[in-house]
Amino acid sequence: MSTQLRGARPQPAINVDGAGARVVLSGDWTLSVLNPRCADIRRQLDAASGAPAWDLAGVSRLDSFGALLLWRAWGRRRPPQLVLPEALESVFKRLADLGDASLPVEPPYRFLDATAHLGRLLLGLVRHLGHFVVLVGQLLLDLRYLLRNREHWPLHEMSANFYKVGVKAMPVTALVGFLIGVVMSYLSALQLRAFGADTFIVNILGLGIIRELGPVLVSVLVAGRSGSAMTAQLGVMRVTEEIDALTTMGVSRYVRLVLPKVVALTLAMPLLTLWGSSVAIFGGMVSANVQLDMSFDYFLNALPRAVPAANLVIGLAKGAVFGLLIALVACHFGLRVKPNTESLSANTTASVVTSITVVILVDAVFAILTRTIGLPYR
Amino acid sequence: MNAATNKLPVELKGLSTRFGSTWVHRNIDLAVPVGEVVALVGGSGTGKTTLLRQMVGLLQPAEGEVRLFGEPLFAGSRAEQLARRRRFGMLFQQGALFSALNVFANVAFPLREFGVRDEAMLRDLVLLKLAMVELGPEVALRMPAELSGGMIKRVALARALALEPELLLLDEPTAGLDPDRSTGFVRLIRALQKALGLTVILVTHDLDTLAALATRVAVLSEGRILAFAPLDEIMTLQDPFIERFFHSERSQAALARGRSEV
Repeated sequence: MSTQLRGARPQPAINVDGAGARVVLSGDWTLSVLNPRCADIRRQLDAASGAPAWDLAGVSRLDSFGALLLWRAWGRRRPPQLVLPEALESVFKRLADLGDASLPVEPPYRFLDATAHLGRLLLGLVRHLGHFVVLVGQLLLDLRYLLRNREHWPLHEMSANFYKVGVKAMPVTALVGFLIGVVMSYLSALQLRAFGADTFIVNILGLGIIRELGPVLVSVLVAGRSGSAMTAQLGVMRVTEEIDALTTMGVSRYVRLVLPKVVALTLAMPLLTLWGSSVAIFGGMVSANVQLDMSFDYFLNALPRAVPAANLVIGLAKGAVFGLLIALVACHFGLRVKPNTESLSANTTASVVTSITVVILVDAVFAILTRTIGLPYR
Repeated sequence: MNAATNKLPVELKGLSTRFGSTWVHRNIDLAVPVGEVVALVGGSGTGKTTLLRQMVGLLQPAEGEVRLFGEPLFAGSRAEQLARRRRFGMLFQQGALFSALNVFANVAFPLREFGVRDEAMLRDLVLLKLAMVELGPEVALRMPAELSGGMIKRVALARALALEPELLLLDEPTAGLDPDRSTGFVRLIRALQKALGLTVILVTHDLDTLAALATRVAVLSEGRILAFAPLDEIMTLQDPFIERFFHSERSQAALARGRSEV
């Protein structure tokens, strides 16, 4: 072992003696020195590789990278005449023990594999639906149990969740709602003024926001904000075995974790929708005031005449249903997380994408089912 | 192979640590010579793992400094700091394998980061590192989630050794392993330490491991280093903590077991 300082290490050198019969190596043969000039060294080694005699006595340091370079140049065996210091013996012994070990081969991708892949995707979808049904069924069973045993209601968790998904979502909902209201009002006003139909801005904003845009917009926000948080929380609790700990204490994960989230979001969403829609209409009102000189008084008086009250009920009902679905989807994916980071991120993404898609699908169903209700001019 | 420099691999100078208003360490000095296997022991809450994390720069001490290989840990340019970091490897308690990468990619990761581009070379190197921790090529394509606790530790050790470090830090190397696996893992570390001439610093609660591995023991108590000496000398010291820790019947049995493993 040398005691030289780092930074003044001897460089690796290859000297070929006697017309290529004997190769003398010296210097440091380590990863940090060799890697930057790997190609050059390898070329020199390849040129000398036929030599029968190798002398490694002058090598000051040799690590497995250096040893491997030599080993490969020798064709994975010791050259006939090898001068090797005792200290370096073990490195080459390990390489010799390794032999011709290679990575297991992965089978090539064939056409049938694509079919199998498709089949797996389909079965995966079926499994998802199955798990979802189990989740809902278990929740209903637990609800029946809770109706008989009032003292087991997880009221604290519900209220904590309500605060988290409802109250804390109010600022962002207001901001987005206000801006959307302003933009919608501004764009509509430009068109309406061209036809002299200024007063219809109340109808457009009122119906559009209360019945359609408010619930969907808030749902998308909540799915991104609270749905993802629910999935990630449940996922991490699975990773850290907290859910298993709950189970061993005889606490149902559905009662303690899923139900509070579902109940809280189902209750909070109509209120958030009301809040979001109100702020959006306020934004529209401000914009109409600026653009069309429409007074706030007129707007507020015209609103109940233009928008039948049934629309408010539809909007709030949508909010509740969307909240229920978002929470269920989020919990479904959260409970499927496997203990690794990849699964956590994949399930969180899937949770948000699925809940937004489901919200829009169910919104379409709502549109069809309520087509005869609450529309003034038909 | 790993030539000794005449600089100490790890040196702590006047190191103090504070969490909130409590001082965990007070003015700690410790110098670890080359080639030693140093065990940090102490009751829970005495900041053993904290000390280990400060040595690798994951935590900053409130006062004092950490010197690695004769230089302050955070001295020099970014490139110099990186070069210094590559001279040590750390084995985390839970292995800390990247769960998104398979075993092969985990061990290859530091090598790729270092700049080894040749895939054939990389493959041989990774297989060699895996062979060093007594794992065959058949595990190379498995994901960390598919490995047992003992295998995770071995793969993590292979990853820590990937860049041929001179210094190896182990946080509870045998925690969570059954006695049989734990003995095997200790033997493996011992063999590698001898073969590669490593300096090792480990934190452990396990007296078997301590007796089998450590050439020197640093006892942490009440925020300072109570003693830093070979195990036999530590055993002769008069101190309530050492009495409790090393002289109970269970401890004696564990120490005897550990000694017999060497």
